[in-house]
Amino acid sequence: MPVFNQSSKNVIKLSFAGMFVIIIFQLANLQIFSTKYRIMADDQGKFRKVIYPDRGIVYDRHRKAILQNMTIYDLMILPNKLKGIDTAALCRVLDIDKDQFLKRVVDVIVKNGRSRPSVFEALLSDEKMAMINEAMYKFVPGFYMQERPVRSYPVDAGGNILGYLSEVDSNFLRQHANEGYQIGDYAGKTGLERTYEKVLMGKRGIEFWKRDNKNRLTERLDNGSLDTAAIAGNNMHLALDIELQELGEKLMENKLGAIVAVDPKTGGVLAMISSPTFKPKLLAGSTRKKHIAELLLNPALPLYNRTVSAIYSPGSTFKTLQALIALNEGVIETSTRFSCSGAFYGCGSQRPMQCLDKGVFDLRSAITVSDNTYFANIMQRVINNPKYPTVDSSLAAWVQYMYSFGLGHKLGVDVAGEVAGNIPTPNQYNKIYGAGHWNFCTFRSVSIGQGEVNVTPLQVANEMAFIANKGWYKTPHMVDSIEGGDQFSLLTKFNVQHNTSNISDSVFEIVHEAMQGVVDRGTGLGARVEGIDICGKTGTVENYIGAVKQPNHAFFCGFAPRDNPKIAIMCVVENSGKFGGTYAAPIVGLMIEKYLKDSITNAGRLDQIEKLSSLNLLPARIYKEIRRQDSLGLISESANVISKPSLKKMNDTNALDEGDGKKLIDKFKKDSDLNKERRSKKDSYPFSFKKYIEAVLPDEKRKSVVSVTVKN
Amino acid sequence: MYQKNPAIGKGFDWVLIGLYALLVLIGLLCIFSVEYRTTDGVIESFLGFKKNYSKQFIFFIVCIAVAIFILLTDSKLFTAMANISYLAGFLLILATFVLGKEIKGSKSWIPLGFMNLQPVELCKIFASLALAKYLSMPNIDFKKSQSQLIAAAISFTPAILSILQGETGLALVYFSFLIPMYREGLPPGYLITGFAMAILLIVSLLFSPVTLLIAFFVLAILFIYVSRRQIKRNKSLLGLVVGVWLFSSAFVGVVVPLAFKYVFKPYQADRIFSMVGVDNPFADKNVSGLLNPQDQKAKQKKDDQQNYNVKQSKIAIGSGGFFGKGFLKGTQTQGDFVPEQHTDFIFTSVGENFGFWGSALLMLLYMALIFRIINIAERQRSTFSRVYAYCVASIIFFHVAVNICVTIGLAPVIGITLPLLSYGGSSLLTFTILIFILIRLDADRLMILR
Repeated sequence: MPVFNQSSKNVIKLSFAGMFVIIIFQLANLQIFSTKYRIMADDQGKFRKVIYPDRGIVYDRHRKAILQNMTIYDLMILPNKLKGIDTAALCRVLDIDKDQFLKRVVDVIVKNGRSRPSVFEALLSDEKMAMINEAMYKFVPGFYMQERPVRSYPVDAGGNILGYLSEVDSNFLRQHANEGYQIGDYAGKTGLERTYEKVLMGKRGIEFWKRDNKNRLTERLDNGSLDTAAIAGNNMHLALDIELQELGEKLMENKLGAIVAVDPKTGGVLAMISSPTFKPKLLAGSTRKKHIAELLLNPALPLYNRTVSAIYSPGSTFKTLQALIALNEGVIETSTRFSCSGAFYGCGSQRPMQCLDKGVFDLRSAITVSDNTYFANIMQRVINNPKYPTVDSSLAAWVQYMYSFGLGHKLGVDVAGEVAGNIPTPNQYNKIYGAGHWNFCTFRSVSIGQGEVNVTPLQVANEMAFIANKGWYKTPHMVDSIEGGDQFSLLTKFNVQHNTSNISDSVFEIVHEAMQGVVDRGTGLGARVEGIDICGKTGTVENYIGAVKQPNHAFFCGFAPRDNPKIAIMCVVENSGKFGGTYAAPIVGLMIEKYLKDSITNAGRLDQIEKLSSLNLLPARIYKEIRRQDSLGLISESANVISKPSLKKMNDTNALDEGDGKKLIDKFKKDSDLNKERRSKKDSYPFSFKKYIEAVLPDEKRKSVVSVTVKN
Repeated sequence: MYQKNPAIGKGFDWVLIGLYALLVLIGLLCIFSVEYRTTDGVIESFLGFKKNYSKQFIFFIVCIAVAIFILLTDSKLFTAMANISYLAGFLLILATFVLGKEIKGSKSWIPLGFMNLQPVELCKIFASLALAKYLSMPNIDFKKSQSQLIAAAISFTPAILSILQGETGLALVYFSFLIPMYREGLPPGYLITGFAMAILLIVSLLFSPVTLLIAFFVLAILFIYVSRRQIKRNKSLLGLVVGVWLFSSAFVGVVVPLAFKYVFKPYQADRIFSMVGVDNPFADKNVSGLLNPQDQKAKQKKDDQQNYNVKQSKIAIGSGGFFGKGFLKGTQTQGDFVPEQHTDFIFTSVGENFGFWGSALLMLLYMALIFRIINIAERQRSTFSRVYAYCVASIIFFHVAVNICVTIGLAPVIGITLPLLSYGGSSLLTFTILIFILIRLDADRLMILR
């Protein structure tokens, strides 16, 4: 063993050196050859803090902010610095007792530890905020205020359009996996907040912080040189006129229904009222939690956007389109006359479609007085046009017209929840009746906008824009422009002009004239405004819930002024009873006046606004449902439990509004036992929904209860 | 080469003084990097005497004063004082049993008001002097077991007392006196045997007795087969091999299990096993009955704490990489992740802030310091000075080696400071005195000091 032959001095030196070599080897191993310690150090020593940018501001067409940001405050607590703080004073301010205070402190410590700040009271109301601020010197350093940006609504209108934010759920996270959302983030849940989430959200910033052993953030890493700044969301300018919107919401108070107004030239939505709506301020700030439950529970479905999600039979408002098609197909001329001796006998005499004004009509007068027989006749001619070999092909041609008018398919508006509505196709009838087993008479009620035709209020307003423009429309949209450019190409489709076929201007002129006649001397007198040529059309729509006939929906649609259309508008008041001209027309008149004259100053008109606004047309079933829920509320107070059926009901409103149910009547007759059983199982009012139902022919201007004519 | 007329200041080993000063300054910077936050004002904090780096700075000034005082004394003083000071230190340690104050689980501190004094720490100096004094006595024959026993007694008495006070880390330091003894002629057999025993112990902890018994048997047969010719010539070798084999087998099969069962306390056994990274196989059978649940919880907490320390220490050092994160930029250091970072784990701040090159450089500095001291030792004419110098070198080496090995996970957690770098007046003062006495002695190396 040669090493022991060395002098002891060298042995000692060698073994010392050996030890140092071992140490340096281990150092190299730790510091150079292994990366896991670096990762572990970053995990515990660095913190990636996401900085949320301000969301974009939304302006109306007059550059008035209607959705912006405000800062409210959370009261934060540092449990390890509570010594010597006047907690009694704080309890007085927050209106809690000592036990609650202690419980909260304990909860916070359990959840977050002693040395990390936690939220003690979230979203302080203004008064509490002021009181705490005044006495803040008593509460430092154990408490402090922390800003929290929230959305605010400077004008208390447009809740349904603007939408609101809510915390993202797991479903949302899955769908937007790579867009940087985390649990606890807020994202647009409905309305524009949802459609334009990408634009409004902005770009998130990242700050790298040092974190200490108690998980506190101490200081910026490398003085912030690695950070990326947050970029605020882009502001958006809407076509919306917020004052018009406010007026519309006011007029629709205590009514179910919708108003949609668009600028025919641009397709920009001027007003979009779904009633009942909700005051967006209810969902901002500290009171949100309470109100959202109320809104979800409300049987009138205030969170449901009827303008794009509800479908109605268009009723007589459909007649204008029928006229266009018939004229363009050349099956009639302006001067073509049909007489009505009391009913339409074109399909035999057993179940005639009734008309109310007996006499002989040409096209103009037929539109003006809304004569059913006339339109049954002209559609019969369209369908039985010898130009087309079969009923299939003629109906298909008719469907093409309707599609090009913007019906039967989603328009692509930038408001969430749009539905397609329905235009009956040959296929659909083949399915219902079997190929070859149907003809015009089978669906004759379609000619006057009942039966299988379903439209959304937005589609009707768009159809008015189409007529006003004499043959084209642009996709209706809320957003006109985005500051900083349309980075996501969300607006390009709104610039596309949808031109339709080859209908000549003269054809439109005839329809315009007829529609002006409606307002000047026909069924739509209520819409008249001094000094403005308004073209309009009324509609009175029969509807059913289950087999039970409900009061008629009142429709009115139109545009103005006739020469240079600036507004195309429609209004529906659900279950108002009476006629389209009674309630819907004056509402439209006021809206048009407001928009075109900028303000309504005439005392008589102002008075009319108040009268219409205070008119309560809520159907009895809503009150019945509220009473039912009140008793349910006693059983369980959990908003979650109750809100589920309520949410379902929101979807079921489609069925409700579609309930034109001849088929349902049969079904009820056939399976009444089964239905009774179902009814007893469902504790809410029963309606089973069948999408396509056979026609029921109602009569416009029904003066007394008229027997429903049923084919088959 | 040697100065004929050593005037004050001329005979001092400035290289050693320079290394000393450099290391203390590095230590100050390290403590600073542990405690400094960007919000602190540097000057105010340094003069505020509230922060540890500020206090350490004061200790340094005190140490300079003490060093100058030592340099101004006569070197004969140390030979003269050796035995008395040892006796005084011994009495001081005994006094600690009465006056002692418990800090961090060891009752080895005497509170002095302005600071806490750890007599065992100071006694390193006295024991070094006393050992040097004894070994430099004329006519001493270190081959005799009587002298060996006396030297061992001088060295290990403070260690035993220290263990009784619950301060095992410092006690281990006293084993470094074996090195000067070896230099002075202690047969290497002792060291080899001790080393072999240590390996045997570790192996017996790592593997099960059955495996080891088979392995030993195979090894013994192999050895006999390979060296059968030598054995033919020298029968006593066979006896040795068989003896070693029997002893090893007995040790593994009988002594170790019995020792863990009856001699060691459970927590000691746990700690010994955790050192080699295995669970204590003797733990549950006999321990649970003795420990009440509360004690067990406390023990568990302590173990967790130690594991946490080492893990955090390795994370901090390992995350430094080759170049380090830069002075004051270490996230682990700044985030207080490593407990006791300013004292026993001060090396982690070097490892994190300056990376591998900084750590290796520091190791080289220590090596330079130690080798410088050995070189100084070898140039002494007097045995006293030489033995003393070897004592200093060994103590420093032992401290550095154990401390660094703890921080990089090569040794179990032993509370021992990193010489000159760790925060703490007691430690800094001890090493200052150790080194400056050596410098004083070295300055007078031409004198014969018995």
